[in-house]
Amino acid sequence: MSILIIATILCLLLSLAIDRKKTYEGCRRGLKMFLDILPTLLTVIILVSAFLYLIPGETLESILGIKSGPLGVLIAALIGSIALIPGFIAYPLARIFLDRGIPPTTVAVFITTLIMVGILTLPLEIKFFGKKAALMRNFLSFLGAIIIGLLVGYFL
Amino acid sequence: MNHRRIINDYIWAILFALFSLGSLFLGFEPGQKIYLNFYQFILEMASFLPLMFLLIGLFDVWVPKEKVEKHVGQESGLPGSFWVILLATLQAGPLYGAFPVAYLLSKKGASVRNIFIYLSTFSCMKIPLMTFEIGFLGLKFSILRTLFTLPVFFIIGILMEKYLGKDYKVRSGGSE
Repeated sequence: MSILIIATILCLLLSLAIDRKKTYEGCRRGLKMFLDILPTLLTVIILVSAFLYLIPGETLESILGIKSGPLGVLIAALIGSIALIPGFIAYPLARIFLDRGIPPTTVAVFITTLIMVGILTLPLEIKFFGKKAALMRNFLSFLGAIIIGLLVGYFL
Repeated sequence: MNHRRIINDYIWAILFALFSLGSLFLGFEPGQKIYLNFYQFILEMASFLPLMFLLIGLFDVWVPKEKVEKHVGQESGLPGSFWVILLATLQAGPLYGAFPVAYLLSKKGASVRNIFIYLSTFSCMKIPLMTFEIGFLGLKFSILRTLFTLPVFFIIGILMEKYLGKDYKVRSGGSE
């Protein structure tokens, strides 16, 4: 994260040194994009916050643990698609799942769908990509994530 | 921008603020816990998103369209995909942080295939996240996943380009 701060400051200083007007225009455009997307972003974050409260990690574990085999994989994929858990929580959670005996395939499918498919962030994605592209990307990523998860589980 | 439009845009945020305040005064625990989650996400967002938008704005005014088009555009082939993958792995943050970058790449002439390869890579091959994955799930898990993931990304990119057409453009994210 601090790399981003340093990079931004360096770019900003460099830009200012070369052309003040252009720098101002760049900042204006960046700010405008940010403000344009802010309402949708806030709505998504509210949805995610409520989701995390309603379905905590223990609940996920008990759902994932019920079934193994194809049905378990499908359940893991569906939950992974809907859930939006930041990486720094998701990986420790996955470790716990593995330690408690949930099959690696299920965990791999869960993690892969979690990071590739985002049902809760769809409103935001649609703003940028349009409905058609956003739905298709999520659908393809869903299939892709299941395949990746199965392969990882098979070789692990 | 008039007041009505602002209220319209922020209606959920306003309702949520009222809900959180109400929960605080009435001691409604679920409301307070949801607010705490919200607060953590906002902190995460505030730590990188404004800076990223600043960089995107600067990129927009400084990098000429021809340059982007030449390196990651329609004719860029495999090296073009390599560049977007490299760009994605060096970033951090949740997937929605990649959407504005995708818009800018698209605006500057990146190919549809490369835009979706970029998005997929961003979602699960960021180096900061990978270190986390290796730490918790082990090197073998990470290497296997990355190995199987790359071809899938290319297939998704190619299919998306076929489905949407070569002229498809990502939008700026603002209201039309």
